[in-house]
Amino acid sequence: MNRILKVSLWRGLATLLLLAGAVAAYMRFTLGLGATTNLSDTFPWGLWIGFDFLGVGIAAAGFTIVASVHLFHLHRFEPIVRPAILTAFVGYLLVILVLVIDLGRPEHFWHPLVMWNPHSVMFEITWCVICYTTVLSLEFAPVVLEKFKITAPNKILRAISTPLMIFGVLFSTLHQSSFGSLYLIVPGRLHELWYSPLLPILFFISCIAAGLSMIIFESYLIERRTHRPLPHDVLADLGKVVAVVLAVYLIVRVQDMMERQVLQQAFLWSYQGGFFAAEILIGFLAPMILLLIRPIRESRRGLFLCSILVILGFATNRMNTAITGMEHWPNQTYFPSILEILIVMGIATLGFVAFYLISNYFPIFGTEHKENHKNTSLLWLEEMKTISQP
Amino acid sequence: MNSTKALLIDLTMCIGCNSCQVACKKEYGLADGEEKHLSASAFTALDEFDGTYVRRLCQHCLTPTCVSVCPVGAFTKTPEGPVLYDENKCIGCRYCMQACPFQVPRYEWGSTHPRVQKCKFCEPRLAQGLQPACSEICPTGATKFGDRDALIKEAHARIAAEPTKYIDKVYGLEEVGGTSIFYISGIPFENLGFNTKLQKAPMSLLTWNALEKVPSVFMVGGVLLYGIWWITNRRKAVEAYEAEMERKGNQ
Repeated sequence: MNRILKVSLWRGLATLLLLAGAVAAYMRFTLGLGATTNLSDTFPWGLWIGFDFLGVGIAAAGFTIVASVHLFHLHRFEPIVRPAILTAFVGYLLVILVLVIDLGRPEHFWHPLVMWNPHSVMFEITWCVICYTTVLSLEFAPVVLEKFKITAPNKILRAISTPLMIFGVLFSTLHQSSFGSLYLIVPGRLHELWYSPLLPILFFISCIAAGLSMIIFESYLIERRTHRPLPHDVLADLGKVVAVVLAVYLIVRVQDMMERQVLQQAFLWSYQGGFFAAEILIGFLAPMILLLIRPIRESRRGLFLCSILVILGFATNRMNTAITGMEHWPNQTYFPSILEILIVMGIATLGFVAFYLISNYFPIFGTEHKENHKNTSLLWLEEMKTISQP
Repeated sequence: MNSTKALLIDLTMCIGCNSCQVACKKEYGLADGEEKHLSASAFTALDEFDGTYVRRLCQHCLTPTCVSVCPVGAFTKTPEGPVLYDENKCIGCRYCMQACPFQVPRYEWGSTHPRVQKCKFCEPRLAQGLQPACSEICPTGATKFGDRDALIKEAHARIAAEPTKYIDKVYGLEEVGGTSIFYISGIPFENLGFNTKLQKAPMSLLTWNALEKVPSVFMVGGVLLYGIWWITNRRKAVEAYEAEMERKGNQ
């Protein structure tokens, strides 16, 4: 406990940001959205929506790693299953928090459960958030049970684990892509550099790169703190996967832009063109090339820096879609208010603190927990033995 | 009273007297005072372009984007024409404001229980057999209320009667699947702040193209994932079995 209570510069900063965020959130609820944000009738969605895209995108590690290990049986990624699930869980809880702050009538948040409109992308999103958060809490439950040595529900959890994980992958796939679908209905308003009929597919591909990079980023930070490293060759392999995903993304994106004949706009010296170049060059092209270079990928620091580039590029892409592309420079612009920024920073800090504390007190990193798949394999083994016996 | 109603707004007749806004504000008890733009307290407002006045208000689309995007179905299109909003359902996501092709819905930003606000096509008055407050007060007849089919005919007739006065276009006839508010004008619409590049099909088709695939993604994806799980699981089991056999053989 003493180690946790130790005062340091980072902890002081985190406390300050949490307090500031809490005060800002209090002001938003007592004074209303108009007085505390720079949102307006012409710009009804701002920084908070961008943050939702970010939080959910980074949570993509959850479904990709769970699918690789538990559905595709790629057991070398086993050590990152729990960090990935925790990342996703924390990510989703933060996004729900931001949504509650962003909604004009948060007390009605449950309405989509009983008032259906299947024609609305927002309806699909609400359901995906609720269903996938439920799946994540069940996927995370074994960690808590293991910590407190409760074994009673294990049998049920194991029995439902495969369908549960399949549902998890489906819900998050739909959720990630539906954020892109949100913008399908604003062809005239979202700038052509970002608007595309392929938005759902592009959102889905890019979230995989961001989610995996988040795992690399976290394990580097955790390693410095706890000296319980994840196997580096596994992380380097993740780096390779990220490079491939980025390459696929760039091919689809550029091909789509060529087909819609908007590629030349990317080379114009304009407000949007500049943001687009920053997004693609620094956030997608540069890390893709760097990760393809073996010595960089296999060096601890190189991999860490690449993961930061990918996350920044991803963040820029989502913010560009939510903000830059919806602005009409210079007539109609939006920059978040200080309170909007403080709330986002407070909530992001909350995420880091929660992740840090949970990974300290629960068996997340450096644990081998193979009972799950061993059990199913062993069952098969028994079955085959009986079949093969004369 | 059962046929679909509409408004025909003739921009060549509007003198910019703003009585439509005054009457509207009075009808709904909104804050007094002239407003130049739509707001939570102005459901209609006049834009001026070199002496030509353009009335802005909800277009009451036939296939409204707001109805399709609202996650809780707070918007409904009534058979009589009005597109109505139910504040008791609204969760405040503001997707309607983001998605409306005419950028009409306004928000009560100052309130801690904000509502979306827009023209209601005087639905309560229509129910009593009255016409909307704005068309009733309009001194020049620039805003005319009537049956949708009859007003379309009248719009075309006015253009045909004076082809030099009007440009040959009824705005609202085919934009985003058609609206209940029509404009005719002597000046090209793109010079009057109208979006003339809107598609003819309803906007909701754009998102429906993606949404209609959700059930099949779910079914096909589910089967595919289960199949991969089954095959890879079996492969692991066979590996384990063969290792076991080899161990026995060596003994």
